[in-house]
Amino acid sequence: MVMSQTKAAFGQAEPADYESAVSARNISKNYGAVEALRDLSLEFPRGQLTSLLGPSGCGKTTLLKIIAGLLQPSAGEVEVNGHTVTGPGPDRAFVFQDFALLPWATVMRNVAFGLEMRGVAKSEREGIAAKYIAEVGLSGFEHSYPHELSGGMRQRVGLARALSVDAQVLLMDEPFSAVDEQTRRKFQEDLLALVQHENKTFIFVTHSIEEAVYVSDQIAILLPRPSRVSEIIRPSSFRSKGVDNIRRDPEYLDIVDQIWASLRSYVE
Amino acid sequence: MIVFGYRLPGMSSLIVWGLLWELVGRLKLTFFVPPLSEVVATLYTVIGTAAFQKALAETAYAFLAGVGFAIIIGIPVGILMGKNRLLDELLLPWVNVFLSAPLTALVPVLMVLFGFGMKAIIITTTLFGIWIIILNSRAGVKQINRSLVEMAHSFGASPVDAFFKIYFWAALPEILGGVRIGIIRAVKGVIIGQLLISIVGFGALFELYSANFLMGHFWAVLIVLFALAFTISEFLAYLERRVSYYAAKR
Amino acid sequence: MPNRSLLLKILSAVILFGAWEIAGRVPVSFAFPTFLESMAALVRMTADGTIFTAYAETLKPLIVGVAISTVLGIAIGLWVGLSQFFDWLFSPIFIVMQAAPLAALIPLLVLAYGIGLTSKVLVVCIMAMPVIVLNTSSAVRNTPESMKEMGRAFLASDTAIVLKIIIPAASPVIFAGLRLGISAGFIGAILSELKITPTGVGDIITYSRSIADYPSMYAAIFSIILLAVLFLNLLEKIEVVLFKGNQRGYVSD
Repeated sequence: MVMSQTKAAFGQAEPADYESAVSARNISKNYGAVEALRDLSLEFPRGQLTSLLGPSGCGKTTLLKIIAGLLQPSAGEVEVNGHTVTGPGPDRAFVFQDFALLPWATVMRNVAFGLEMRGVAKSEREGIAAKYIAEVGLSGFEHSYPHELSGGMRQRVGLARALSVDAQVLLMDEPFSAVDEQTRRKFQEDLLALVQHENKTFIFVTHSIEEAVYVSDQIAILLPRPSRVSEIIRPSSFRSKGVDNIRRDPEYLDIVDQIWASLRSYVE
Repeated sequence: MIVFGYRLPGMSSLIVWGLLWELVGRLKLTFFVPPLSEVVATLYTVIGTAAFQKALAETAYAFLAGVGFAIIIGIPVGILMGKNRLLDELLLPWVNVFLSAPLTALVPVLMVLFGFGMKAIIITTTLFGIWIIILNSRAGVKQINRSLVEMAHSFGASPVDAFFKIYFWAALPEILGGVRIGIIRAVKGVIIGQLLISIVGFGALFELYSANFLMGHFWAVLIVLFALAFTISEFLAYLERRVSYYAAKR
Repeated sequence: MPNRSLLLKILSAVILFGAWEIAGRVPVSFAFPTFLESMAALVRMTADGTIFTAYAETLKPLIVGVAISTVLGIAIGLWVGLSQFFDWLFSPIFIVMQAAPLAALIPLLVLAYGIGLTSKVLVVCIMAMPVIVLNTSSAVRNTPESMKEMGRAFLASDTAIVLKIIIPAASPVIFAGLRLGISAGFIGAILSELKITPTGVGDIITYSRSIADYPSMYAAIFSIILLAVLFLNLLEKIEVVLFKGNQRGYVSD
């Protein structure tokens, strides 16, 4: 509960002196001769949601997977809560673009998978999983299989799986890109509530400008070949006006336009 | 497989297996495996013999005739099944039955019906190859994009035009896939036919060699056969890749 | 219409067997009995138990061979799929075996192992194993990358990734390979009974041909094809039930 107090304190602080939960320092990543990321540095404030936004092929997913420890950077390092990342760890959880659910396992087993891998006893992990299944609104589907669920429900399973391991950092790789527009909007609203209530740091990859502006406390715009951070935008005023009013807030619209202006020349 | 940063070619491990073979042969571990070098030496003498050339010619004849029938009958039947629902429902169960049935059991029937000769072998070959060709041609026609067909109609294509300019080409990748698997099966069929009707082709040759315990000769012929079969299957896979470049994009 | 598809299946069987009956009555050949004569022979052989003793003999090499191929084939396939080195070492052997007419090895096997059960089991093995190995290894290699990444992201050990992600993900394709392997095993079992020594169903076929008892010969052939097709269909049904939904759910739809 100490953490929530710190978070409240940061709400009033200047954007410049937040505390970083995750720092990426001078990251480079080469695939053979291809340079995916070059000397990229970025700070991710604790308890907030940072979006990585950019055109396709800009290396945003690569950066996310390096933070997750799924890829090794060619140079540079990532620190999470002061510890250098050498591989996947219990402090981070990942939400996959294609859900990555085990098709032969029930919702319950899928959600409990991370706990199972940590050696948590069956009854205990199912208790925890049930709680998060309820939290994402899937009560009653515990014993369904992924193919019986809609795309949106599948991603809720993926989200519950990431939440149930209680990691401080949640890495989301275009989590809503495979669900339909209405579901997506609902997801975005739920995500805002989640950022507010769960005291976690979110790193969110998306290629949708509107989505990034809608959900983010901080937006990092990545430009491609080789990838670098071109701009960091921190929306200030509209977050407190309530989910229903964000999309017609002048600042929201201005930021969307501004980002499009800087990205349009990179669209083929 | 990458060793010291250098990528070893796909089939290069066969060299290792060849050396192992040579070693086993040199150590005289078993009478049935002479050294590879000896087999290769025998290979040269065997290829020159009249018996081998006759066997090869007979096998090639039976194989080509069998495959020819399988293709000429199989593709049209498959296309018709793909276009006509009644025909499809009547024939499909049997095509599936014969696709997985142990066709070797039918060879004795062919032998009594068509005699102990070339005819029975050709029919065996056809029977091994035809079912997958039918099934794939059918699948190829079934998957044709409806809008492609409607496009042809809307631009006023006659049925004949539509068949040759649309159906055939749109189904071609699947058809060729079926022909490739069918031909690989037919290779097995022609050899099984010759083994059971062992008075022609390689069947006769094998009888001759094993009766005289000519292990070197036996292995030499096996190498030729396996190499031919492998070359045929790789060549067809290459052709299929050449044609199906557009299959992925539709 | 109650059930068009079932009606058409029955109609289709009636047409085929009817054609067989008519062709037998014409007759197209002295060695072509009618459908009813063949079925009568089948009933007779079933009644006096001949067919059961024959199958006890035929199924022996088939079951032993398929069991060996399954265990060995899946083990090698997993190995080849998981290790680049074994992939490089073994894949070419099985790719060549898959394309090659392995039946040609039979005379050699007979020379080396005699005409007993060993040779027949080996024939079944060489026919059934390549497809089992190749299916297993390619299924293991084709496990969706994101599922393996998911396992690593949630701290699964390498063993857990193999046991809890790769093997379950690969099992539908492995099972399909098994079905193809068993189908090839049937071919091998019959081939060895016809080529090596006539035993079991192969004996009925060979013997009744030699005494020109064609109805019995056709009945035996009919029964073995029926058995193989029924068994493979059963496997396919099991496959559908066992892996329902397993292939869906990977892709986002």
